[in-house]
Amino acid sequence: MTKAQDVTATERPPKTKGRVKCVVWDLDNTVWDGTLLEDADVKLRPGVRETLEALDARGILNSIASRNDHDNAMQRLDALGVADFFLAPQINWGPKSSSVAAVAQALNIGIDALAFVDDQPFEREEVAHSHPQVLGVDAADVPAFADRPEFHPRFITEDAGKRRSMYRSGEQRTHAEENFDGAPEEFLASLGMVFTIDRAQVEDLQRAEELTVRTNQLNSTGVTYSYEELRELSASEDHLLLMAGLDDRFGTYGRIGLALVQTDGPVWHLKLLLMSCRVMNRGVGTVLLHHIMRLAQDRGARLQADFVPTDRNRVMYVTYRFAGFEEAGKRDNGALVLQASVDDIPSPPAYLDLRIGD
Amino acid sequence: MSDTIAKSIRDFVLKRFPGVGLKDDVDIFTLGFVNSLFAMELVMFLEQEFSLKIPNEEMRLDNFRTVDGMTELVARLRTGAPAGVGEA
Repeated sequence: MTKAQDVTATERPPKTKGRVKCVVWDLDNTVWDGTLLEDADVKLRPGVRETLEALDARGILNSIASRNDHDNAMQRLDALGVADFFLAPQINWGPKSSSVAAVAQALNIGIDALAFVDDQPFEREEVAHSHPQVLGVDAADVPAFADRPEFHPRFITEDAGKRRSMYRSGEQRTHAEENFDGAPEEFLASLGMVFTIDRAQVEDLQRAEELTVRTNQLNSTGVTYSYEELRELSASEDHLLLMAGLDDRFGTYGRIGLALVQTDGPVWHLKLLLMSCRVMNRGVGTVLLHHIMRLAQDRGARLQADFVPTDRNRVMYVTYRFAGFEEAGKRDNGALVLQASVDDIPSPPAYLDLRIGD
Repeated sequence: MSDTIAKSIRDFVLKRFPGVGLKDDVDIFTLGFVNSLFAMELVMFLEQEFSLKIPNEEMRLDNFRTVDGMTELVARLRTGAPAGVGEA
């Protein structure tokens, strides 16, 4: 892992495999040949479409930082049949460093997970000066740059292939929520949410590993598990590895939750509980927790959960305490032990349809 | 003093559950399903509004069920030792 202090203005970004989550493209002489202001019929540069498709299939998002007229540029992208690839495009007359930062914010991903493709050294330097963590790419390196390890995630999960459409449906959902006239609870009811909890199957484990790596806030211990460890645990008689997914009328959120419970003995041990922060205000973390509490209760077992505080996961502590967990000591490794101390486990909320697999 | 505390807490809760006749002894956890974000917002609101830090041992659900309960919690943390006040 690379620590923050390792990245200074003079150092190159680390070549970590698969660290790029979004490629931000310039338009003139990068996505297309020539400049739109001088030629309204600009054509895509060779390899651009194939690169967009390849990145997209790997779950890497694409966006735009271009100095152009927004509406004209979007029309041209649409006519060229590539407009749909680009999320949160920043087409304006401001500096590209600001546009790149705006992309990271709009997509809620770290700026160190961006790459920036531009034909002009000046633009790449301007972005690198403000954001040394952004990986700069010369447009002359299209399409070869996409073969570099930074652009190859360790796994290409089913969720990765759907990532762009999940962001798109997220945009529509946010728009609907902002324009909803009523109480938050009524908005949730209007979504028609279906929450599924299943035992993790072999094909889920890559996504499970990805969740332990990508999730920071709603993560009870911050411990990451490798694919190999998860495969062992999912096959273990003594453990229950659960995955949760969420869908609503706008589309799928993908598989967004994971729980690991050790189930041998009179005390069940919830070693890890995590939820993607995209679903933080949907109440599903507590629904998964209640489900595990109910399973333990049915087997006559007590339930204890590990919690390791980090600088970002206090919300998880509050989630446990508000679900009726009390502090019950510390483990040798320093983890807090929280113990479920309620007998009345609330039913799932009426606004969602809970489906439990085998 | 505790009236103004209760009023600002009531106003905050009513933003989340508009239109309910919120009495100060009503269990807000029976009004709807409380998600992680709202729970955290409630904690952050109390800490910022009243410049205090809620220690782990006070993070019991019973302290947050009602406007009365939260008002008492705030009053107790303010008069008690200046725990955490002034922390960044």
